[in-house]
Amino acid sequence: MKAAKITVSALALVAAAGAAEARDQIQIAGSSTVLPYATIVAEAFGENFDFPTPVVEGGGSGAGRKKLCEGVGENTIDIANSSSRIKQSDIDLCASNGVNEIMEVRIGYDGIVFASDLNGAEFAFTPADWYNALAAKVVKDGVLVDNTNKTWADVNGDLPAQDILAFIPGTKHGTREVFDVKVLEAGCEATGAAEAMKAAGDEKAEGCLALRTDGVSVDIDGDYTETLARIDANKNAIGVFGLSFYQNNTDKLRVATMDGIVPSTETIASGDYPVSRPLFFYVKKAHLGVIPGLQEYIDFFVSDDMAGPDGPLAAYGLVSDPELAKTQEMVASGTPMAPLN
Amino acid sequence: MTDAVAHPTPHSGSLLRQDERTRRRNNAERRFRLYGQVAIGIAIMALVILLTSVLGNGLSAFRQTFISMPVTLDAAVLDKKGNRDPADLKKVTTIGYSKLLVNSLTQVIEEEGIVVEGLASSDIKDMISDEAAAQVRDRVLGNPDLIGQTVDLKVLANGRIDGYLKGRVSMESAERDSNVSVNQLRLTESLVERGIIGKSFNWGFLTAADASELRPEAAGLGVAILGSAYMMIVVLVLSLPIGVAASIYLEEFAPKNRWTDLIEVNISNLAAVPSIVFGILGLAIFINFAGLPQSAPIVGGLVLTLMTLPTIIITTRAAIKAVPPSIRDAALGIGASKMQTVFHHVLPLAMPGILTGAIIGLAQALGETAPLLLIGMVAFVRDFPAAPPEGLFDPAAALPVQVYNWTQRADPAFVERASGAIIVLLVFLLVMNTAAILLRRRFERRW
Repeated sequence: MKAAKITVSALALVAAAGAAEARDQIQIAGSSTVLPYATIVAEAFGENFDFPTPVVEGGGSGAGRKKLCEGVGENTIDIANSSSRIKQSDIDLCASNGVNEIMEVRIGYDGIVFASDLNGAEFAFTPADWYNALAAKVVKDGVLVDNTNKTWADVNGDLPAQDILAFIPGTKHGTREVFDVKVLEAGCEATGAAEAMKAAGDEKAEGCLALRTDGVSVDIDGDYTETLARIDANKNAIGVFGLSFYQNNTDKLRVATMDGIVPSTETIASGDYPVSRPLFFYVKKAHLGVIPGLQEYIDFFVSDDMAGPDGPLAAYGLVSDPELAKTQEMVASGTPMAPLN
Repeated sequence: MTDAVAHPTPHSGSLLRQDERTRRRNNAERRFRLYGQVAIGIAIMALVILLTSVLGNGLSAFRQTFISMPVTLDAAVLDKKGNRDPADLKKVTTIGYSKLLVNSLTQVIEEEGIVVEGLASSDIKDMISDEAAAQVRDRVLGNPDLIGQTVDLKVLANGRIDGYLKGRVSMESAERDSNVSVNQLRLTESLVERGIIGKSFNWGFLTAADASELRPEAAGLGVAILGSAYMMIVVLVLSLPIGVAASIYLEEFAPKNRWTDLIEVNISNLAAVPSIVFGILGLAIFINFAGLPQSAPIVGGLVLTLMTLPTIIITTRAAIKAVPPSIRDAALGIGASKMQTVFHHVLPLAMPGILTGAIIGLAQALGETAPLLLIGMVAFVRDFPAAPPEGLFDPAAALPVQVYNWTQRADPAFVERASGAIIVLLVFLLVMNTAAILLRRRFERRW
């Protein structure tokens, strides 16, 4: 009897409290690459404004955009962080759930670096080296053959004779897309493998992205801390990291150059370093003016104090967008994004 | 009664001398004991390795490096209009407070006559945690009378300085580390000698909220501990009455037929369902269907309740079963109704067993991570949830999820924090399990 009474009153209490509650903090989800920047801004926002600190979640770019498109209302998130541009399929999903106007905000650029153990040899790569090291099929003496390169010296005589072993981001990471496009595809073109594949009937040269399966390239599905731990255990390996992660661990990692360029915020901002990508967040316009502080938060995120070249985001390793002023204007006027072209 | 029982053929040989077969049997027994000891040895070794690695990495999280110095809260900076109007005071951001702290530290360094060649002013700024300015600002806004006074403050030092005092950062690593310079470490050494920089107990680790990657030194478990506590309240309030009611009914009242058998099998099955499945269920039912908020302890509590229920039902039924039938018969025999029998006699006697089961179920729920990942409790939450019941709907973190979160951070200082969080979690579990053992010892009755 008593037990039943307690249960009923507990349930009633829960139901009553639930009905009275309205959300007063911003909710954000998405890319784990953008997550650290978003938490830095959220923290500064919370301590300098009268609004509660936004709640920021990771989960991946694709998952974040899907959550954004679940619909309009307090149970759905306000902002999706993304390390790649939104896809037409996301926009369609949004539209089918009544999310019509989305604002696209580019917050800056992130560089992807190739780094190995601090005490190991120095590397100077080109995308072609990476293609010849990791791709399943490479061009040898003008013909497409299975890749049998064992050491980096086999790939390129100038590189050290060290066994090839690479830890690259798994396919669910936004980073992998950049690696595929900026490194593998570029290398595929440069070595002439793309042409050979097209000649062999693969018209879009899709074989460029096929990697060796004999264990020299290892997909890491976790985050950069896992890659770092693997390199620690395997001193011969080379890992793929975000620039900001590398900058926080410069006492353990030695960075390699790409096309002769050392990755840094300067070389990425100038566009000299080839492997970089823009970072975005997407705002649900229907929530502006409904969720308190949302407009203030996005204004604050793209302000010079935060996203500018001397702000905390740059200090953490994000590369400030040279066109930040344009973004600020767009955010202030609340312009929704144009259809993808 | 005859003596025709066949006597075993008398063993030839002496009692004092073992024959071949006895020796073999004794050897087998000795070997078996050895196996057992080896098994226990392996288990203990695993535990010792786990504890040494966690304690070795994590104990340092409970001590933190602070800079103690007098800070002049200059009215010209903090209250330009001089009217102490809270709205105007709020306009001074943490950047303004940060400059104040840097000036104070610079002054202290000058007064002490410390000279480090090549030290830039930005080096001094980077030695103080960004969190320090926010803390001072909060304090001033809470008590505007402080403006104009000179107060002795103990502010957080930067994570790398903290790392140097804890041996994580060295002069050699600093040369390669872009986040700290050798000059800063030299300055730190001089300040440590004069007692201005020093380590003390880190209450913030237990009370403060999580912090971003830029200030690992400020990250604490406050929100996570509160979130876990809220979830445990929900689990206790819901799963204990429901579980006990279900077990009493099944054990004492329900007829034994195919339906109750089916329910019984299903309860045992539920107890073995992987916890992530409950997370998916929670996401679908509580968030997507019922519309409860993301990242809220109420949803976490409900999911963990589902997970804990089978455990509680199974242990409660065992406890009720252990009450001898004679007690029930006696009560019924003097005219008590079935319900009176159960509530006046069976339940009190089964209580220690039920409570032990509930505590063990709670301990299991406390350490559960997987289902919480799906319902948004992995979020970065900095605001403390309000007091229950409203607070149950505010976003919060949870202890095991906080461990998961911190192991993914880039800054090496979070390694120590993650292990520290594990220690806190283990202490809670230890306390709960000890309570369960004590309850059992104290109230258990044997018949």
